[in-house]
Amino acid sequence: MTERVVIIGAGQAGAQAAASLRVEKFDGAITMIGAETEPPYQRPPLSKAYLQGALEKSRLYLKPVEFYEKHSIDLRLGVRASAIDRAAKTVTLEGGEALSYDKLLIATGAPPRKLKAPGAELAGIHYLRSIADSDALGPVLKSGERIVIVGAGYIGLEVAAVARKAGLPVTVLEAMERPLQRVAGPEVSAFYADLHRSAGVDLRIGAMVAGFEGEGRVRAAVLKDGETIPCGAVLVGVGAAPETGLAEAAGLKVENGVWVDDHARTEDPAIWAAGDVTNHPSALYGRRMRLESVPNAIEQGKAAAVNMAGGDMVYDTVPWFWSDQYDVKLQTAGISEGADARVVRGAPGERKLAVWYLKEGRLLAVDTMNDPPSFLIGKKLIAAKSTPDPKILADSAADLKSLLS
Amino acid sequence: MPKITFIEHSGAEHVVDADVGLSVMEAAVRNSVPGIDADCGGACACATCHVYVDAAWIEKTGKPEAMEESMLDFAHEPKENSRLSCQINMTADLDGLIVRLPEFQG
Repeated sequence: MTERVVIIGAGQAGAQAAASLRVEKFDGAITMIGAETEPPYQRPPLSKAYLQGALEKSRLYLKPVEFYEKHSIDLRLGVRASAIDRAAKTVTLEGGEALSYDKLLIATGAPPRKLKAPGAELAGIHYLRSIADSDALGPVLKSGERIVIVGAGYIGLEVAAVARKAGLPVTVLEAMERPLQRVAGPEVSAFYADLHRSAGVDLRIGAMVAGFEGEGRVRAAVLKDGETIPCGAVLVGVGAAPETGLAEAAGLKVENGVWVDDHARTEDPAIWAAGDVTNHPSALYGRRMRLESVPNAIEQGKAAAVNMAGGDMVYDTVPWFWSDQYDVKLQTAGISEGADARVVRGAPGERKLAVWYLKEGRLLAVDTMNDPPSFLIGKKLIAAKSTPDPKILADSAADLKSLLS
Repeated sequence: MPKITFIEHSGAEHVVDADVGLSVMEAAVRNSVPGIDADCGGACACATCHVYVDAAWIEKTGKPEAMEESMLDFAHEPKENSRLSCQINMTADLDGLIVRLPEFQG
């Protein structure tokens, strides 16, 4: 009998898994369910090139629409799954249809956290995850009115850069002590604070939002210290939370994400999970983690597919991330959490900088700004669990390649 | 529509149609050419769409910019004719372009 794979979620991880299943010569039925009406697409440009209007929508699509039909992937768009019945091995869709599966992949991702504050439901308060969100934000950039951005993380800062380029007055409100605080060291935060302030962004640190004012539509953000900032729109970028509802309701283990092993498999041998939604082990770091990144979605989606097709693939890669703001490319390799030392290469004034994070001499991570060599070498050193000489890391004149031998 | 020939390390050839305005990487991904990973989707951030441009085409594809060049330096076996295919945009002039793929990316 034909084996049936159902994939819940048509984002980067789900789409990768579907494509990889066919590469692995899986010849059973594949059904992929997507809540959005667009075919699988890349999200990173939604806060960058696409938002600026520099990229056509069709160029966001991961594969041409014909790809799915050609590879017998039944793509069901604009449909949500409402329940997983593990005993009956079915996924129920909103509307009542039940899809039987032999193997199931949960790839539901991590939608934005919602801000809870008075007035947070007003029109003109935006979040950014989908093409529809980016399309809604596009016209705001032409308004000329101030945009208030809540949260100085990747999304908030990328949108701030695009909005400044479009000529908008921009205020960024960060509740913590520095931008990118959750993901980067103080040198990186200082670099980005300078970058945005010199581009004219009104960046407020330690700024707590009390709520929003407006008649139906937001006209101002109000801070806890009482200050009112008039604006035409608000973008909220305060992190994402894994979409674990279906897994949890089905009795799967959920703890900051769907709990999977190093083969991307849940405790149910018929169910795998991949991408932003998973909490997975990392042998490299000797602990579990949940990552929000494209490379994680691609590699874990691939591993899940290989294993669903009967193969044996461990998922344990060096996490990496990137962000484009103005003329600066940030590339991060590894996870800096737990570092006991930081080494800086380059001078912040140069708009080129690398910050290396070490723990007991071992390289955990590197943040690089306009410095691809440090990023690419760092990635290799991290994978090899290297203990590179900090003097060479810090010396811009020293050849980093010497660390690879 | 302009065509591009991708030649895998094994010698296998893929001739694909490439819309003007798309990058060479996008033409490869849209046509499922194996060996072009393009993890970052064309942001010049990952160096997994490395190709070698056929000698006859180097003048037309042009030289890499500084950021791309420093990424290429760390690709697998970079050569004089190495490019990141996400940074080559298709034009009518590039109809018939031939690129070869490295043994692996990264």
